[in-house]
Amino acid sequence: MKRKFLPYAYLSPTLALLAALTIVPIVTVFLYSLVDNVIINQNPPVFVGLDNYAEVLTNRKFRGALSNTFYFAIVSVIAHFIIGLSFALLLNTRLIGNKTKALFRVIYILPWVFTASIIAILWRLLLNPHGVINFVLFELGITQEKLEWLSDRDLALNAVTFINIWAGYPFYMVSFLAGLQGIPDDLYEAGRVDGGNSWQLFRFITLPQLKPIIISLALLDFIWTIHQFTLIWMTTGGGPMRSTEVLSTYTYKAAFSSHEYSIASTLAMIILAICTFVGVFYVRNQRMADE
Amino acid sequence: MVGSRAHIRRAKILTWVALLLGAGFAGLPVLWMVASSFKSNLEIFAYPPALIDDSFSFEAYLAVLGDPAQLRFFFNSYLVAIFVTICTVVTSILAGYSFSRYDFRFKRVFTLLIIGVQSVPPITLMIPYFGLIVWLGLYNSYAALVLTYMVFTLSYAIIMMTGYFNTLPRDLDEAVMIDGGGSFVTLWRILVPISLPGIVSVGVYTFMLAWNEFLFALTLTRTNDMRTVPIGIHLLMGQHSFEWNQMMALSVLGSLPVLILFLLFQRYFIAGMSAGSIKG
Repeated sequence: MKRKFLPYAYLSPTLALLAALTIVPIVTVFLYSLVDNVIINQNPPVFVGLDNYAEVLTNRKFRGALSNTFYFAIVSVIAHFIIGLSFALLLNTRLIGNKTKALFRVIYILPWVFTASIIAILWRLLLNPHGVINFVLFELGITQEKLEWLSDRDLALNAVTFINIWAGYPFYMVSFLAGLQGIPDDLYEAGRVDGGNSWQLFRFITLPQLKPIIISLALLDFIWTIHQFTLIWMTTGGGPMRSTEVLSTYTYKAAFSSHEYSIASTLAMIILAICTFVGVFYVRNQRMADE
Repeated sequence: MVGSRAHIRRAKILTWVALLLGAGFAGLPVLWMVASSFKSNLEIFAYPPALIDDSFSFEAYLAVLGDPAQLRFFFNSYLVAIFVTICTVVTSILAGYSFSRYDFRFKRVFTLLIIGVQSVPPITLMIPYFGLIVWLGLYNSYAALVLTYMVFTLSYAIIMMTGYFNTLPRDLDEAVMIDGGGSFVTLWRILVPISLPGIVSVGVYTFMLAWNEFLFALTLTRTNDMRTVPIGIHLLMGQHSFEWNQMMALSVLGSLPVLILFLLFQRYFIAGMSAGSIKG
């Protein structure tokens, strides 16, 4: 009888924390999204049903933030994948000694060590109109003028996306390195015996073997990038003219700048819905890898 | 294979070129951060830019380390990150043990719940947390940060810990059980000591996540004496007219704990990550 309850007893601290700090808050934020006059307001709350959702979804600012978020996330995920896999392949080559590879591995992982606010401030220094990147581009004759990377409406979104690419690829690289080392050598030998060239070996052995990792990483990264806040908040704050406004900065402003908590809660639920949608595929993929 | 020597030579040169280009992409920004932290603020945007110039000094570091307000950021970050790490490691050992060694009715549901928590955006929880933490009387306290950080550290930690326990044979704990040891004894006397590599990687990863957290630290604390390093950098940016050299010095100092942990434990860490959170 006692044994039956043991697994639950071991899980109880976890379950208590998750119930109090994820399930209850999600229910709360959902209820907020159905009501007007919540939190800081003199008037009593009024139930408005889905009115807040209608208001948000028809708002031009929201659609701008939504398309910026997807652009930011999709470009980041693709670039992370390409850079992460290329670096992992480079570090997995037999042409270079192990000590050299270990050194390069540490250098390649460096961006991962820095927290988002530090990455933001570093790139604000590098991308400053008088900064070193403009100097190099100008000297190489690539640009004719000093570009305002983070305060030009046409450049800012690509600039923050680039910063996010720099910040995020090492996670892919590390996971791919572990994955590459798990591919049995026999597969490549068999491929070579069959006369495959290096591209074919990559296309028909490496890629399929890495597929489960690729799917996990891409889904998880997509979710993370969708709710990336710090990097954008500290580089552009969503500006100029909302050109880098993403769903998370928009939500934060709705809550803490304009104190529209009902609208902010509605936005929070929409972000949750997007992440949950992607999350379902992630959980499925994880389970398939488990079984 | 005719001419394969020349072929290998060419491949080697190409690999080296690619390696160096990659190193420039990854490393030059970091090098510039370190170099800028040794400059005077006047020389930060000097034309033409130099990696090291006449203004080389430790002044920015002395300014950061001599400022009690900035040292406090470090104290807060260490305190919160260490508490989060201890609480997360203990809780995840218990949960991982349950998932790895027992079959029970709601196992599947709970597993899904824990994997699913990873996809909950912090920004969704931010608004209710604000109300909840104020209601609990924890606004602007360390406890508020420790509790909320654990929501995000715990799911990774449990997945990694369960993965690690799963690699250990069940015979081990069954032998102890037969000798009359309870399950709790088995866990702490047998499993925990041999799981040290897994526990270390969980701990290091948790510390990194806690050290880096920004959103909850921004919204759940108010006074400067409760701020952590990432928020401290944010505050420096808003206050005086951009002391770039000091911000870079604070960034270097703020990154050292994670860098050192990473370099010391990278072997455990990468192995733990591939065994746990990401399965292939």
